[in-house]
Amino acid sequence: MDFQLDKKHEMARSLFKEFAEKEVKPHAIEVDETHEFPRETVKKMQKYGFMGIPIPKEYGGQGCDPLTYAMCVEELAKVCGTTAVIVSAHTSLCCDPIMTYGTEEQKQKYLVPLAKGEKLGAFGLTEPGAGTDAQGVQTKAVLTEDGKEWILNGSKCFITNGKEADVYIIIAYTDIVEDKKGRKQKKFSAFIVEKDTPGFTFGTKENKMGICGSSTYELIFQDCHIPAENLLGARGKGFAVAMHTLDGGRIGIAAQALGIAEGALDRTVEYVKERKQFGRAIGAFQNTQFQLANMATQCEAARLLVYQAADAKATKSYYGVEAAKAKLFAAEVAMDVTTKAVQLHGGYGYIREYEVERMMRDAKITEIYEGTSEVQRMVISGALLK
Amino acid sequence: MKIVVCIKQVPDTKGGVKFKPDGTLDRAAMLAIMNPDDKAGLEAALRIKDSDPDNVEVTVLTMGLPKAEEVLREAIAMGADKGVLITDRVLGGADTWATSSTIAGALKNMEYDLIITGRQAIDGDTAQVGPQISEHLGIPVISYAEELKIEGDSVVVKRQFDDRYHMLKAKMPCLVTALQELNEPRYMTPGGIFDCFDKEVQVWGRDKLDVEDSNIGKVGSPTVIAKASDKVAKGKGEVVTPDSADEAVNYIFSKLAEKHVI
Repeated sequence: MDFQLDKKHEMARSLFKEFAEKEVKPHAIEVDETHEFPRETVKKMQKYGFMGIPIPKEYGGQGCDPLTYAMCVEELAKVCGTTAVIVSAHTSLCCDPIMTYGTEEQKQKYLVPLAKGEKLGAFGLTEPGAGTDAQGVQTKAVLTEDGKEWILNGSKCFITNGKEADVYIIIAYTDIVEDKKGRKQKKFSAFIVEKDTPGFTFGTKENKMGICGSSTYELIFQDCHIPAENLLGARGKGFAVAMHTLDGGRIGIAAQALGIAEGALDRTVEYVKERKQFGRAIGAFQNTQFQLANMATQCEAARLLVYQAADAKATKSYYGVEAAKAKLFAAEVAMDVTTKAVQLHGGYGYIREYEVERMMRDAKITEIYEGTSEVQRMVISGALLK
Repeated sequence: MKIVVCIKQVPDTKGGVKFKPDGTLDRAAMLAIMNPDDKAGLEAALRIKDSDPDNVEVTVLTMGLPKAEEVLREAIAMGADKGVLITDRVLGGADTWATSSTIAGALKNMEYDLIITGRQAIDGDTAQVGPQISEHLGIPVISYAEELKIEGDSVVVKRQFDDRYHMLKAKMPCLVTALQELNEPRYMTPGGIFDCFDKEVQVWGRDKLDVEDSNIGKVGSPTVIAKASDKVAKGKGEVVTPDSADEAVNYIFSKLAEKHVI
């Protein structure tokens, strides 16, 4: 068992760190305050291949592994939670399902420009009545009589990269079947939907507590015609596509949570050395020292779980439990560490320019999206008790 | 077209400076980066390659400890084609004369149309090695390049010069020393990093160099370091808060006069 990163991963980390410090950090406060999607930063990330890190080179990606991708999200999240989730949603929730379930034609048409960063991706499962309970999905796709098109009707909400994306993976039900007990069950399918398809429009832009620049929108489909060849994976197997996609996505969000926690810890270490009370730096007080020790230990433990999950994605066919543990733990660490960071900053921690309050707001969503902490516990305990 | 970019791994000034007992830098003990002027030189070479990728080959060359291979890998991850590391214990402790003799000794065994070096390294700040290499090789040199382009078989360089600049043209083969201001170097790419470990880095020892023994290493270095020390920490200085701009100007002038600066 080797806990040391090899040279190429160390080098990749130094790249992500330098990029995050120079290109992302200077805009983090503005992105948060204006709620503006950081398009210029995304363009730069496209130029340097950050939008297709784990995708093979033959499909326009960088040919790296899930660990490299997770480290990229982590380093971005240390300085800006918004930028990190843009990369995570694009890579894990749009590129990955096309890579895994797409036909060769779909990969050439959609994955190549996505992995090159020429196009941005998003994923739509959640609806007003369907979050954790996927059976609540009301969005419906019906195949036309000639079998050439699907007609999509319904809406999706809380979609990351919402209005900015070009390509969307949309989950809709296509059939209703009866199970052995005679209960009706929806069968889902996944579709690749392009922006500007007639009948596809945007609804409300969500005004969020954190990750404010990430363009979270409602997607509306009204008689939206999609070519039959845009069915992703087999008809009726969309739930499996969605669950597999979220397993991978959780590694990205776990890495985001880890980065937010580490970023808050870094800021706090700097602050407690500078801030003086009672004639001493507050870092000289044992309470501060003990809090920092706990925060650093929590971050380290989260990092091991996140990297282990990323490694499992590279080496195992099923890594859902590792991903769930990583996300559950890292998200709760992010919330705890950022809360302590604000507390250790005292009044300044509550002021925007000190940034830890933003990190605390950004951290909260990691306990909710791509499966709440409660869902992660269900996945983990389900594996224990099966 | 073959371009050789000479790069140097230098101490990262953020990590603190450490010396060996003889006053030379203890490079192995310090964090290291690619020298900024050299990185600009590399970027200039890569931009020439971008304009004609099939016909331009960029080789990076460095002399240093075995760990200097890191800086070659970084250059390859940015887009260079291959690297050459000159490393040998007998080359240690070299001053600019011995360094330039050694590098020229390597270049004599390489093909090149254009050699690019940084103006100077942030550890020594001499700005001598680039021009010295050109002298050893008997080719023209244009130093302090802040713009660089290729025109046929020549390079056209905008050279920084005091309060003006010179536009100079030199026929290749020639050597150009690059300023950090020349450009904004690109980042590596994640895929470039993964690939750079599969690309060729040749390691050359003393036997691969076309140079006299008397011109290499500490023995071949005319420079003798009498004493070396870390930067002396600056004092706190004096903070004044004048009420007006005029008062501030008068205060500054009085201080300059007091120190006999004016």
